[in-house]
Amino acid sequence: MDTFGLLANGLLAALQWQNLLYALLGVTLGTAVGVLPGIGPALTVALLLPVTYRLDPTGSLIMFAGIYYGGMYGGSTTSILLNTPGESASIVTALEGNKMARKGRGGPALATAAIGSFVAGLIATIALAFLAPWVVKVALSFGPADYFALMVLAFITVSAAFGDSPLRGVTALFIGLGLGVIGIDLQTGQARLAFGIPDLLDGIEVTTLAVALFAIGETLSIASSRTQMKEEVLAVKGSVWMTLEDWKRSWGPWLRGTLIGFPIGAMPAGGAEIGTFFSYAAERRLSKHPEEFGHGAIEGVAGPEAANNASAAGTLVPLLTLGLPTSATAAIMLAGFQQFGLQPGPLLFANNAPLVWSLIASLLVANFMLLVLNLPLIGLWVKLLTVPKPWLYAGILSFATLGTLGANGAMSGRLGPIPFSFELLILLAFGILGYGLRRFGYPIAPVVIGLILGPLSEQQLRRALAISQGDPMVLIHSPIAITLYIVAAAAVLIPLYFRIRGKGAVLSQMASDED
Amino acid sequence: MSLGEPNLSRRPDRAALFIALALAVIAGVIVWQTSMMRVPPIQAKVGPQVFPYVIAGGLFLLSIGTALSAWRGQFPSREKDNYGPMLWIIGGLVGQMLLLGWAGFSIGTAVLFAFTAKAFGRGPLWQTIPIGFVLAFVIWFIFSRGLQLSLPMGPIERLIP
Repeated sequence: MDTFGLLANGLLAALQWQNLLYALLGVTLGTAVGVLPGIGPALTVALLLPVTYRLDPTGSLIMFAGIYYGGMYGGSTTSILLNTPGESASIVTALEGNKMARKGRGGPALATAAIGSFVAGLIATIALAFLAPWVVKVALSFGPADYFALMVLAFITVSAAFGDSPLRGVTALFIGLGLGVIGIDLQTGQARLAFGIPDLLDGIEVTTLAVALFAIGETLSIASSRTQMKEEVLAVKGSVWMTLEDWKRSWGPWLRGTLIGFPIGAMPAGGAEIGTFFSYAAERRLSKHPEEFGHGAIEGVAGPEAANNASAAGTLVPLLTLGLPTSATAAIMLAGFQQFGLQPGPLLFANNAPLVWSLIASLLVANFMLLVLNLPLIGLWVKLLTVPKPWLYAGILSFATLGTLGANGAMSGRLGPIPFSFELLILLAFGILGYGLRRFGYPIAPVVIGLILGPLSEQQLRRALAISQGDPMVLIHSPIAITLYIVAAAAVLIPLYFRIRGKGAVLSQMASDED
Repeated sequence: MSLGEPNLSRRPDRAALFIALALAVIAGVIVWQTSMMRVPPIQAKVGPQVFPYVIAGGLFLLSIGTALSAWRGQFPSREKDNYGPMLWIIGGLVGQMLLLGWAGFSIGTAVLFAFTAKAFGRGPLWQTIPIGFVLAFVIWFIFSRGLQLSLPMGPIERLIP
């Protein structure tokens, strides 16, 4: 069947009433959680994953699609009205968006972000639908050595290429890789690094790690900070609607942002958020009102917001077709798939086509719902923004432990006569780790990606070496692998060159901090 | 994450040196545990030990790099942290963990909720614990009855059929 036919079938499945309900629930929950200050899309997805546990795979993934897009939208609302971007990709939105809100133009800023996200999401999801089968065709010819090279590329771009210190990025990645070794080795059935603790035999849960690092680590570091930032929520004054002038100045940036964001997100490499910076730079150069930049230029919201959403849809290309997560959010989504015994990759398209296509179709549905729902509900989201910090963080921690218990509530630990949940102990330990990482300027995303991608890369490495009977030359035997290694080397060397030339400031802003 | 200038005041950076040491210790533990694995000779070539050794080697190199970086004071400067609020939060998490098994989700989570609020300066506990309890009970009801999650039950949860 051609792409149109498959997509149409997917749409039919997504438009069944119970699936529409799941999408609606996902979009609403995703926005509501994503709008809370300090919660980025990665944490939104990790916190809400347990909600979907008891659904069937299709329903669960459809709800997930809604949560993903809703969380992204919520994040941009926060950065426009509060100027505390929950994710690095929203930094640029906050730059101009918050300035607009300060001038009393918060409504149009939110509107151009919402409509821009819709336009970008629509185009990028359709591009995803057409690009994915093509990538799958290429991916089917990949051998284990090529997959390994691909994962090395992802590791390097996620940890070393961006951020302000390659040393700390790679350290974070290796902490994740080390955690990934814990548990039963799938090929030989032997326990590794389990220290005789039965609970460790299953390995470390990605969602537990993500929730601990993002939610508990963040709460600890904010609570302990002496210079508590005073945040003021800007009221949305005047009309939410954009004037004709606003429309005229927005549509170009929307399309350009999509064009910039999607290819960058779709690459099997980390750093999807660079698209927002490129888009901002492009709009600044092309604008007829360059003097407004830095004082609330609408192009500076429209372009990056579109780029942000387009690259978020783009990251689904490597995730679905290659099984390769390139952001913390994608890593958690991969864990969501694994929950149902599904392994994203070319075979998923072959074996589970209806499921994949209803997921893609429900992204379109979720996107449309967000447009219809969000602008009228803006008052509600603003109310959520004003929840006082004590209640906000108390609630976040309650939900974090709820999700962890929901995933694995066994009271398998024992302290004297008192039974306790070992999973919560892990949550606490990694929460403290997350605080330490933040305090010393280590990025978080490489830890999460290392944990989930480490075992997968090991599997490919060993498969490749088993075929070659232990000859390591097999790793650089195919032209695909060699090309990928060259790109990986360039991804390290080019930023290094910029750093030496003293342009490190731009790179450190691109730190893949959260999303 | 806002990263300030490298702090040249604290050279060498003792805390960062400690991180280097911790990385080296982790590498050592991985090597020690992996070397104790008994692997049949047929798997020895590309067996389950290769990857842990590679990771341990990497961590060891990173430990040296971290030590050098700490020596030169290249870590971002840090403000002095307040440890009181942190201890409240950690206390809340430990308290919840130890209560859940026999007192149930609502009571355990009420303690976590109230202690976290306290860390952010909202009290007193005799007011916030009941608030947390009501909230946790509602959450418990929605998630365990509505979404079929298995959450720990205590005497109060058992009253609800």
